Amino acid sequence: MHSRIVKAVRRVGARVINAVWRFGVASRFLFLTLAYSGTSFSRLRLITREIFSTGVLSLIIILVSGLFVGMVLGMQGYDTLQRYGAAESLGVMVALSLVRELGPVVAALLFASRAGSAITAEIGLMKATEQLAAMEMMAVNPIARVVAPRFWAGVISMPLLAAMFSAMGVFGGYLVGVKLIGVDEGAFWSQMQNAVDFHQDIVNGVIKSFVFGIAVTAIALFEGYDAPPTAEGVSGATTRTVVTSSLAILALDFVLTAFMFRGEG
Amino acid sequence: MSSDNLVEFQNVSFAYGKRPILKGINMTVPRGKVVAIMGGSGCGKTTLLRLIGGQIRPSQGKVVVNDQTVHELDADGLYHLRRRMGMLFQFGALFTDMTVFDNVAFQMREHTELPESVIRDLVLMKLHAVGLRGARDLMPSELSGGMARRVALARAVALDPMLIMYDEPFAGLDPISLGVVGNQIRRLNDALGATSIVVTHDVHESMAIVDYVYFVSDGVIVAHGNPDEMRVSDKPFVHQFVHGEEDGPVPFHYPAASYGADLRLGAENA
Repeated sequence: MHSRIVKAVRRVGARVINAVWRFGVASRFLFLTLAYSGTSFSRLRLITREIFSTGVLSLIIILVSGLFVGMVLGMQGYDTLQRYGAAESLGVMVALSLVRELGPVVAALLFASRAGSAITAEIGLMKATEQLAAMEMMAVNPIARVVAPRFWAGVISMPLLAAMFSAMGVFGGYLVGVKLIGVDEGAFWSQMQNAVDFHQDIVNGVIKSFVFGIAVTAIALFEGYDAPPTAEGVSGATTRTVVTSSLAILALDFVLTAFMFRGEG
Repeated sequence: MSSDNLVEFQNVSFAYGKRPILKGINMTVPRGKVVAIMGGSGCGKTTLLRLIGGQIRPSQGKVVVNDQTVHELDADGLYHLRRRMGMLFQFGALFTDMTVFDNVAFQMREHTELPESVIRDLVLMKLHAVGLRGARDLMPSELSGGMARRVALARAVALDPMLIMYDEPFAGLDPISLGVVGNQIRRLNDALGATSIVVTHDVHESMAIVDYVYFVSDGVIVAHGNPDEMRVSDKPFVHQFVHGEEDGPVPFHYPAASYGADLRLGAENA
């Protein structure tokens, strides 16, 4: 009995130590990525290539999802607002929900599952097929050549994707609210224009998506780089990327929101 | 004053955690020669190459390459040394997101300031040497195993290295590719004035092209000599290995309890 308890405590302890240790390794990895970013910026082509595969190729899913989320917001928003006779405020509601919350968060979640998983799988397979070891043996630092360009590509793409998501969402809300349901078009746009504050809403939204971009890309890169070089290793790492970065996005969103909107708006 | 040996292992031991891989290895690789390191799978052969490349550090002893102790070099020194080494990985390890041409050009673009026109000529010369000039625009996924190995060979010698290391260059090749890759290892070594180390368990192919052989088993060197000496060697391990016998010093059976006890023979009688 006694030894069982000791064993259980030990197991928990080992898991905690392991988690802390991994977090440390990941932080060191992120630091090294930043330290070796020089090459990426002196050869911008490395970054633009990755922006294509992480950012541009995520466009379809981001734009389509943004449109649908906006259309749903239009319907749900109208249904709620008209009960209070405030249907003209639909534009404000759609725009604020998107710019403050849904744009950055949903775009980041989609980005994690579309681009993050692809990054992890690619880096993991490069490791499993000894491409990273080969690069190292050629005296080329894989962190500088492979990891850093992908990191910056992700960090640059994420705010742009979130902005496009929000824009599509506003358009979707307009389609449903104005064109389909018949909310007054002038009220829809002018109230939105009045209520959405550049600093309070838009800049804060951009900051959020920027932070999410760092988190998702760093997690995806680390999981790939750290993956055991086997088929199961890479598939496990890909799953972990999506799970960990989704949780990180939501947790960070709470923290950032708490700092940004302390009941002032 | 540089010594006659390009690579020297001086009493090198290495362990992964508590599991010893190499135990007190002493080995020399003379300049200009092609040396084979042979042994069964998992005996620590590849670890030897990784020690030379400085990817891992010995737990004891030292590895000297071109009169420099590898594990004492700082990052810059190590990278400088690696620029003069070429390595062929077991399955080629070609960069899958680049064409054959870009793979071979990779190091030239990373390490030299050569204009693209010069790089083009150099890459085509390297590819011509392995017979794959016509395959320059293919992606690695479009190559057969033998072709991929030859592209990797061209990439390994892209910067005319002083030391070329081959990790299982013959694994999984058909008989024609086997002979082609074997001959190319020898020819490239002599043409470049380089030194080569071939880690392999392919006895006949490698015996035909190398100058000297080390046999590694269980982390120690059990025999060494030139190929002719090894062919007639009466050491049990070498004999078993060279002639591919099923049982010998390397047992066929993984350690287990006695067969009878495992099948519970006699259990009913008891």
